[in-house]
Amino acid sequence: MTSPGLFSGFRAILQRDLLLAWRRRGDAAMPVLYAMIVAILFPFALGPNHQLLARVSGGIVLVTVLLAMLLALDNLFRSDLEDGVLAQMVLAPQSLSALMAARILAYWLVTASPLLVAGPILGYMLGLPAQAQPVLFLSLVLSSALLALLGSMLAALTAGTRRSGMLLSLMLLPLIVPVVIFAAGAISAVEQGLPWIAPLAWLSAALALTLVLAPVACATALRITLDA
Amino acid sequence: MSNFSTDANAIVEAHALAFSRRDEPILRPLDFHLGTGELSFVEGDNGSGKTTLLNILAGLLRPSSGEVHISGYAPGTDGARAETRLLGHQLGLKGDLSARENLRVAMGLYGCREGVTADQSLAEVGLCGFEDEPIRSLSAGQKKRVALSALNLGNARLWLLDEPFANLDRAGIDLVNTMLDLHLQRGGAALVTTHGAVSFRQEQTHKLRLNI
Amino acid sequence: MNAFKTWFHKLGSPPFFYEFAGYLRPWLWVGTVVFAIAGLIGGLIIAPPDYQQGDAYRIIFIHVPSAWMSLFIYGVMAISGLIAVVWRMKLAEIIAMESAPIGAAFTFITLITGSLWGKPMWGTYWTWDARLTSELVLLFIYLGIIGLYHAFENERQGARAASFLIIVGVVNLPIVHYSVVWWNTLHQGTTVRIFAPSSISLSMLWPILAMMIATKLYYGVSLLGRARIAVLERERGKDWVRQIVMEGTKDA
Repeated sequence: MTSPGLFSGFRAILQRDLLLAWRRRGDAAMPVLYAMIVAILFPFALGPNHQLLARVSGGIVLVTVLLAMLLALDNLFRSDLEDGVLAQMVLAPQSLSALMAARILAYWLVTASPLLVAGPILGYMLGLPAQAQPVLFLSLVLSSALLALLGSMLAALTAGTRRSGMLLSLMLLPLIVPVVIFAAGAISAVEQGLPWIAPLAWLSAALALTLVLAPVACATALRITLDA
Repeated sequence: MSNFSTDANAIVEAHALAFSRRDEPILRPLDFHLGTGELSFVEGDNGSGKTTLLNILAGLLRPSSGEVHISGYAPGTDGARAETRLLGHQLGLKGDLSARENLRVAMGLYGCREGVTADQSLAEVGLCGFEDEPIRSLSAGQKKRVALSALNLGNARLWLLDEPFANLDRAGIDLVNTMLDLHLQRGGAALVTTHGAVSFRQEQTHKLRLNI
Repeated sequence: MNAFKTWFHKLGSPPFFYEFAGYLRPWLWVGTVVFAIAGLIGGLIIAPPDYQQGDAYRIIFIHVPSAWMSLFIYGVMAISGLIAVVWRMKLAEIIAMESAPIGAAFTFITLITGSLWGKPMWGTYWTWDARLTSELVLLFIYLGIIGLYHAFENERQGARAASFLIIVGVVNLPIVHYSVVWWNTLHQGTTVRIFAPSSISLSMLWPILAMMIATKLYYGVSLLGRARIAVLERERGKDWVRQIVMEGTKDA
């Protein structure tokens, strides 16, 4: 008999999620489209003033990208719950945290990577200074990963409820405020020619901590959702 | 291991197992015992707690009172999860993936018996030629067969089957019976819920009647 | 010590809690009213006007106790939430969930009084002051907890999920606070300090302390009242609840 190792479950879920995302690749384009629509509306609302747009561009791109990631969050566990796959994951002789880590990684890869491509382009269109581009990209990588980890924990809590789209955003706001502060802080620091490494270092530290804790929290939350 | 287990053959041992929700009894106190090679049909009307019983044994629900052990472990613990497979009303298949891909996921999650492949297992349930078909496009009975073949791949000793005969034709019912037969011969045990009478050839069957 | 232990265990049983809370509430009411009257008279009439702010500062007799309560109640929820998640104790779930709306109300009062005070102080009702911003985020944390609790059909499951969120919030709150302080200094420099370390005189201090006691007692009154109703709702169908309802209808 072949008993499944820790990594086999992780790999199975990661492969499955990437395959599912590939089958529905149209869905993956939605967040990017949303981010572009929102970011493109800002110049119309604020006027085509280069200086003003350049000053707010980093913040706009950051917030738009994070909001766009929310679109896919609500459905993260819901479809698995409805077709009984979630129960199979909970019942499998595997560490549920490892399976959740795979689920979160897949979500981040599928949702965030197109946004990480679109983010700098939107930044350029809004007139973000060239020296701020690398910092914007780094901030987007770190903050989107943090949002994926924190958000999936909350999505696990709301998976069993009827209405959760708005609730999820409400619950996420307090968790994401520090992330936005530090990510945008780094961008505005580089624009002013100040050292920008400190806020990004803080974000990386937070990411390292969340990387360890969020899958465990996610597994606990799912057990509550399934009343186990 | 707990010293609770008195019988080395015992896979499930339940003592005064009961469940209530909002203080309303769903499952009256129940005593039963299931050893290797034994099968038990759980009978009862709708709402008599058949599914609840299976969910408790799988570790999805916590019993309100009483004790239950699976090969000496409490349900839901690592030891018990390695021994248990649940096939519920929801089959746990992804509609966008093919039958073979779904089996791969099941193999990753649950492991598989020595020398069994996904295609072979699908052929055993009569789905040869449907390996690459997305689950979405299969009929209800075919979906059930895919779920059964996913179950058959694994090496769990305890099968918890919730209404396995539903949605199946005559041949499908025979198939379930054969699968159960082989599973019991391998030293497994099974708890099967039905609301109708089903003819089963095995001699070592018990009946567990739930009343509310 | 042993007697206390058995008493505490007994308190966990719903009928005993119901009776005990019903007995305690009138006394807490009396305390609330006494301390609130003393604090309000002391604060609004006896205490002298501030030499800089005149009478406008008097709102602190509401603002400061509410701000303190908004955090104190969260602390109570964190402890009972932890008990609810780990030991699944029914009463802890009820305490955590019934505290949340009271805590949200105190947070809301803090925000309103803070912004009213801000008008004479800063010339605007709202400023992104670190303390005010943290309080706003705290309000959202409370709303998320309440929303999550009510989103579940099974209230015990909802209570456990919301308790989990409370615990997440305990970790998050200090992070929010310090990041907001950092953000604030980064963007606009330190704002006006409201309390210089020793600027408060005794004639202003004692009414604040009286109001702090009054708000605590009021929290007790309100929580016990809400918890009694919640206990009855959750235990409906049990004999002791049926008896109470029967007696109630007999009296009426």
